[in-house]
Amino acid sequence: MGYFELIISCIFVNNILLAQFLGNCPFLGTSKKMETAVGMSMAVVFVMVMAGVITWVIYNWILVPTNLTYLRTIAFILVIASLVQFVEMFLKKSIPALYAGLGIFLPLITTNCAVMGACVLNIDKEFNFLEALVASFAYAVGFGLALVLFAGVREKTLLARVPKPLQDTSIALVTAGVISLSFFAFKGMV
Amino acid sequence: MLTAVLIMLAIGATCGIVLSVASKVFYVWEDPRIAEIEYHMAGANCGGCGFAGCSAAAVAVVAGKAQPSVCIVAGVESALGIAAVMGVDPGSAEPIKSINECLGGDRADDKFAYNGVQSCRAMAALFGGKRVCTVGCIGYGDCIKSCQFDAIDMGPDGYPVVNEIKCVGCGACEKACPKNIITVRTMSERLLHFNEEDDALAPCRQTCPAEINIPQYIAQIRDGDYAEAVNTIRERNPLLLACGRVCPHPCEDYCRRGIEDEPVSINQLKRFAADWEMNSGKRIPVACAPDTDKKIAVVGGGPAGLSAAFFLRRLGHSVTIFEAMPELGGIVRYGIPEYRCPQKTLAWEIQGILDLGIEAHLNTRLGVDFSIESLQADGFDAIFLGIGAWDDYKLGVDGEDLDGSYKGIPFLSSVAAGKEVKVGKKAAVIGGGNSAIDCVRTLVRLGVEEVYIVYRRTRKEMPANEVEIVAAEHEGIKFQFLAAPTRVVGDENGRVTHLEYLQMELGEPDASGRRRPVPIEGSETLLEIDNLITAIGQRPTVDFVEKEKILENLGITRWNTIDNDPETLQSTLPFIYTGGDSATGASLVVEAIGGGRRAARSIHQFLTGEEVKGAEKSLRKRHIPVSLFTSVDGVVQKKRTEMPELPVEERIRSMVEVDLVISEKDARYESNRCLSCCRICYNKDKEAA
Repeated sequence: MGYFELIISCIFVNNILLAQFLGNCPFLGTSKKMETAVGMSMAVVFVMVMAGVITWVIYNWILVPTNLTYLRTIAFILVIASLVQFVEMFLKKSIPALYAGLGIFLPLITTNCAVMGACVLNIDKEFNFLEALVASFAYAVGFGLALVLFAGVREKTLLARVPKPLQDTSIALVTAGVISLSFFAFKGMV
Repeated sequence: MLTAVLIMLAIGATCGIVLSVASKVFYVWEDPRIAEIEYHMAGANCGGCGFAGCSAAAVAVVAGKAQPSVCIVAGVESALGIAAVMGVDPGSAEPIKSINECLGGDRADDKFAYNGVQSCRAMAALFGGKRVCTVGCIGYGDCIKSCQFDAIDMGPDGYPVVNEIKCVGCGACEKACPKNIITVRTMSERLLHFNEEDDALAPCRQTCPAEINIPQYIAQIRDGDYAEAVNTIRERNPLLLACGRVCPHPCEDYCRRGIEDEPVSINQLKRFAADWEMNSGKRIPVACAPDTDKKIAVVGGGPAGLSAAFFLRRLGHSVTIFEAMPELGGIVRYGIPEYRCPQKTLAWEIQGILDLGIEAHLNTRLGVDFSIESLQADGFDAIFLGIGAWDDYKLGVDGEDLDGSYKGIPFLSSVAAGKEVKVGKKAAVIGGGNSAIDCVRTLVRLGVEEVYIVYRRTRKEMPANEVEIVAAEHEGIKFQFLAAPTRVVGDENGRVTHLEYLQMELGEPDASGRRRPVPIEGSETLLEIDNLITAIGQRPTVDFVEKEKILENLGITRWNTIDNDPETLQSTLPFIYTGGDSATGASLVVEAIGGGRRAARSIHQFLTGEEVKGAEKSLRKRHIPVSLFTSVDGVVQKKRTEMPELPVEERIRSMVEVDLVISEKDARYESNRCLSCCRICYNKDKEAA
């Protein structure tokens, strides 16, 4: 599979939010305003690429040689949590502007299952290093795409006449379902 | 199994070590007080304070943007702890309060029908809301939903009302409001706000040079809340007793009721509220921001200087006034006669301003007793020059300096200072402004039997206030219109005996739009007089400029006024600001008061290290076109309250105040005539509906 197909597959066909259903809490929590949705997407791109690469290294260079692949989940959690902390400190010192821009989203990602999911998928599909890097990036872009699309739709639903029992999160979940269905149109492309 | 444990330990240890090294390498210095303050907070990261988490709130406290009581959850103990860390009294920081500016946008008509979601934000996305009014409250209460402290309720008139006691100033409502209607500001920020194009402003409020919130204080008088009415006025005008008496109320010319009926008597209502405070025997406390360590010298204790001093003091700065005359008050004290604004009243008002903690040096004149350099040497960070315009223009005719002739301002100030002024049986005053009228009415009270006012145009062109002209007519002043003085005739002792003048007729309109008087050849007439007073306008005295090298670059205009930026009132020297008559030439008291506040705003910016600049969309007495109507629906004629005054026979014998204050009943009636306008909406008279 070429890199182009890999990217298309990760962004559209196997979109981490709408096809794999990972990372639903930020999907609902940060999609009320376009501004926050964009901020969250940027932070996810940043962290997911870093996490994807480092966990691939941990897994293939440490866990596989020592036959400890069953420690994957616990090791990845530890590494991702530390990584986010590290990135936060690094940005605060080196790129204060980016730090201020990502703001509260960075620490939120510590417990984002989409990040964990992308790392595990990289391993399950037995990607090599470069493939893992590209796939992580594409998954993150797919996450951002879905989140921004969803925020746009949610801003518009504000204007619609929504029956009382369906207002706010309920209608958001229905909308998410419809968007997810529309993404199923990509099924079978790659 | 052992390897598994070891590997996990190794990964864990590596992560730990990397993080601890990183925390040293990427260490960013933070004020240690931030951590201390965070310790005193609840640590719930609830966001109830309006900041993104406790650490953000702690940063805001250290930056001075939040008060020690910011943490809502932790309560009083936390506030005390934080105050101790910051070294301030708990609660001495300025409270931030939310205020709703719109008093009923639902009065405006609907543009379209809409039955969708009940949310202001959604509504604002549809062509800015369904109402015709573009600035007003949408009325779905997004602010109410956003308030976590239950401090906002939908009032009975369909607009949200903030409960000041419950409000903690978190700012959530301001963020929720899609318009600029609900604002969360400190007192200082409100004091320094100038009218802007986007504000919700009634026509009267756009016109007032001091930008007083006129509809608000009238509504407060209507509700019987006179103390709040006084506070509303004082937010913009510290000389309400004086202004309530002498202001020519340009606001009333733009009163919307005036289009169909007589305008609301706004100034009498102001005087009513001001007199109510004075007669209540108790001063309403005036809040000041916490002290700063900045010192400001205010040169000139007239309306402009007092206003600048008042607002700067309320912003927490330390202010010293330097006044050349023996008493404060400037032209209001020395140029406006006792019968219009009694000295006792003015003194009471000025004492209230000084009581805020302002020092005043009397009998000290700039350029004689002190200089700009000496002020700088004494540690003053900025200087406000409000030296007024006291130099009467000369007539420029022969004999005007003969014995028995006076200039307007020296004459009025001698009388005001209680000096004996010798007058004869007949006197003439040249000029058509308020000073000229003040002179003639003062002459009558000094016992002069025949008093003439000599003016080169007609009554219609007189710049004096209409009420003043009418009062002068009642008091038996003889008006000699269309007369241009050509010569003052004296006897062998050098005493004035006659004034010679040329009769005029009106010709083509000149630049000011008034028809230019043209002399009639050979129409010289002699008027027999014992005294002559010239009151044809004044200009500032700026001779102090030549005495100091530092003032070389202080710009002076060709009208002898001090040059300044009309928006910031900063002179050509960055630390000198100027307002009032010394900047505008002789003008209204209320204009000087507005200037004092405008200068205070710039000085505050200058002292706090901000860029000195005006508001971006500053209105500066321009009108918002959409708010000016040509006809007003739903107005029923209601008679304007008459000004109560002393009978003529009684008043011309003494300097006792002529105009009286209206009764409480009349004030309630008059305040009910107000249509409570904003930009385009207003309350229609109930009888009309």
